Amino acid sequence: MSDRITVAKTYKLYIGGKFPRSESGRSYPVTDAKGTFLANAAHGSRKDARDAVSAARKAFAGWSGTTAYNRGQVLYRVAEVLEGRREQFIAEVATSEGVAAKKAQSLVDTAIDRWVWYAGWTDKIAAVLGSSNPVAGPYFSFSTPEPTGVVAVLAPQQSSLLGLISVIAPVIASGNTCVVITSQDRPLPAITLSEVLATSDVPGGVVNIITGRTAEIAPWLASHGDVNALDLTGAPESIRADLERAAAGTVKRVLRNKPSEDFAVTPDMSRLRAFLETKTVWHPMGV
Amino acid sequence: MAAPTTLPSALADAVRDESSLRRFLHGLPGVDQVGVEQRAAGLGTRSIKKASKLHAIDLAISMVDLTTLEGADTHGKVRSLAAKARRPDPDRPDVPKVAAVCVYPDMVKTAADDLVGTGINVASVATAFPSGRSTMDIKLADTRFAVEQGAAEVDMVIDRGAFLSGRYGQVFEEIVKIKEACGDAHLKVILETGELVTYDNVRRASWLALLAGGDFIKTSTGKVQPAATLPVTHVMLQAVRDWKEQTGELRGVKPAGGIRTTKDAIKYLVAVHEVAGPEWLDPNLFRFGASTLLNDLLMQRRTQLDGHYSGPDYVTVD
Repeated sequence: MSDRITVAKTYKLYIGGKFPRSESGRSYPVTDAKGTFLANAAHGSRKDARDAVSAARKAFAGWSGTTAYNRGQVLYRVAEVLEGRREQFIAEVATSEGVAAKKAQSLVDTAIDRWVWYAGWTDKIAAVLGSSNPVAGPYFSFSTPEPTGVVAVLAPQQSSLLGLISVIAPVIASGNTCVVITSQDRPLPAITLSEVLATSDVPGGVVNIITGRTAEIAPWLASHGDVNALDLTGAPESIRADLERAAAGTVKRVLRNKPSEDFAVTPDMSRLRAFLETKTVWHPMGV
Repeated sequence: MAAPTTLPSALADAVRDESSLRRFLHGLPGVDQVGVEQRAAGLGTRSIKKASKLHAIDLAISMVDLTTLEGADTHGKVRSLAAKARRPDPDRPDVPKVAAVCVYPDMVKTAADDLVGTGINVASVATAFPSGRSTMDIKLADTRFAVEQGAAEVDMVIDRGAFLSGRYGQVFEEIVKIKEACGDAHLKVILETGELVTYDNVRRASWLALLAGGDFIKTSTGKVQPAATLPVTHVMLQAVRDWKEQTGELRGVKPAGGIRTTKDAIKYLVAVHEVAGPEWLDPNLFRFGASTLLNDLLMQRRTQLDGHYSGPDYVTVD
């Protein structure tokens, strides 16, 4: 019997719960750590980023409006589907990052655990970061955390799954929606994650995943008037300052974490806290 | 039956009586459905960029009939709409003002008072909008009321039931009488193409409205799906172009409903240019009936000028 011909893959983007081709019609070859061809990925353009932002904006009201408990359940469901695709993720992480199977397995397990960890936070954020404030007057004053809005996330370039999950999960756990630019050279785990998100209960548009050149698309997101925050983790060193300046033009929140961040250690709340606003209400007691 | 204007003999003959009107309308050439849809789709792919896009955006803004036709309309909402019509983007005084504000008859006075001296017209829907299901007396009274209140443009709906039953004479008479009741006000005749089923019917209704003296033919009320589509607008643009060839008169077209993005609006402008002609690229001869379109035009305008994407936080909330 002859060898089976492999199914060559040309992946697409994930925008608004659908898998469109890049508006530009471009794609680029993805290789493993040694340079062997793996698949073609869509080479996203600024217009794809724009479409993704509209999709994220459209999804924001619904996602931020669901109860924190419900968001937790949805995220936990994602972890279940991630677990079901464990073998595929291990294979992709191993080839993308050029690590041994055992190391890849531990990275995937940590990534899924990290997702569950953030899923558990959804209904605890308000209790931990909110407060009732003692004020010098006959008022009841209380503060609650609220999601910032649409977050543009530049995913880490090296850690293709653990890093990716460590930047996406905290953003959506608190009710934000996001547009993610994946690792440029290692996008395959992110593409599989988009397939996971599409087949779990996450509403379309909450996470939008764009593959392509980070340095090409990031400036358009940094200056976009309808993006509320920017995570610079995966930004190339050469354009970080420019991105920050562009983000300042529309008063975005900017998370300036370095690409050298160690994703293997259990995180603290800082990534959750980075994309929250505090709403304080003064309530007259009226007695 | 009385022809509203002096028409060339062929057309004057068409409106002599109901049977000659029917003969004329059914004698119009049929619309090639595949052809018109393909042409509309083909012209829709034309790429308009940079300076031409900016020009198209400004032209489209000046063609907008800023519309609010909701049961929940209040005088306050109409006043804020009038303010937006005068100065669509308060940060940018160079943005052109819109063509008209379109409201229900009871809101006409509110809008007219706010728009005195601005050159922006008040358009009012009338004749038992949107269904048109009422008696002639009530439709006439509705129209007279709107004009008395200060409407410079009246958007009437035709009796689709009568049209589809083939009672063309009745529809013709209605338009003629409403046109009389309008006095100096411009009359836009809403065909409600979503209920006319075929392109042939759209062509017949367009000609019927033009023969009866409508200054504009308008696609839809916005209350019925599908509302304005590109192929339907093509057929209507062909009608006004042919009308000009035969009579020398310029009549307008107004697509309304479902045009929400700048991209859509530019596709319509391309159609106007290619089907009717550059003469029609004028707010007196082409209008967009829209409400959400204006914000998208303003955002696109900002994107073109600022060099980065804008967002809904930077334009007024409707």
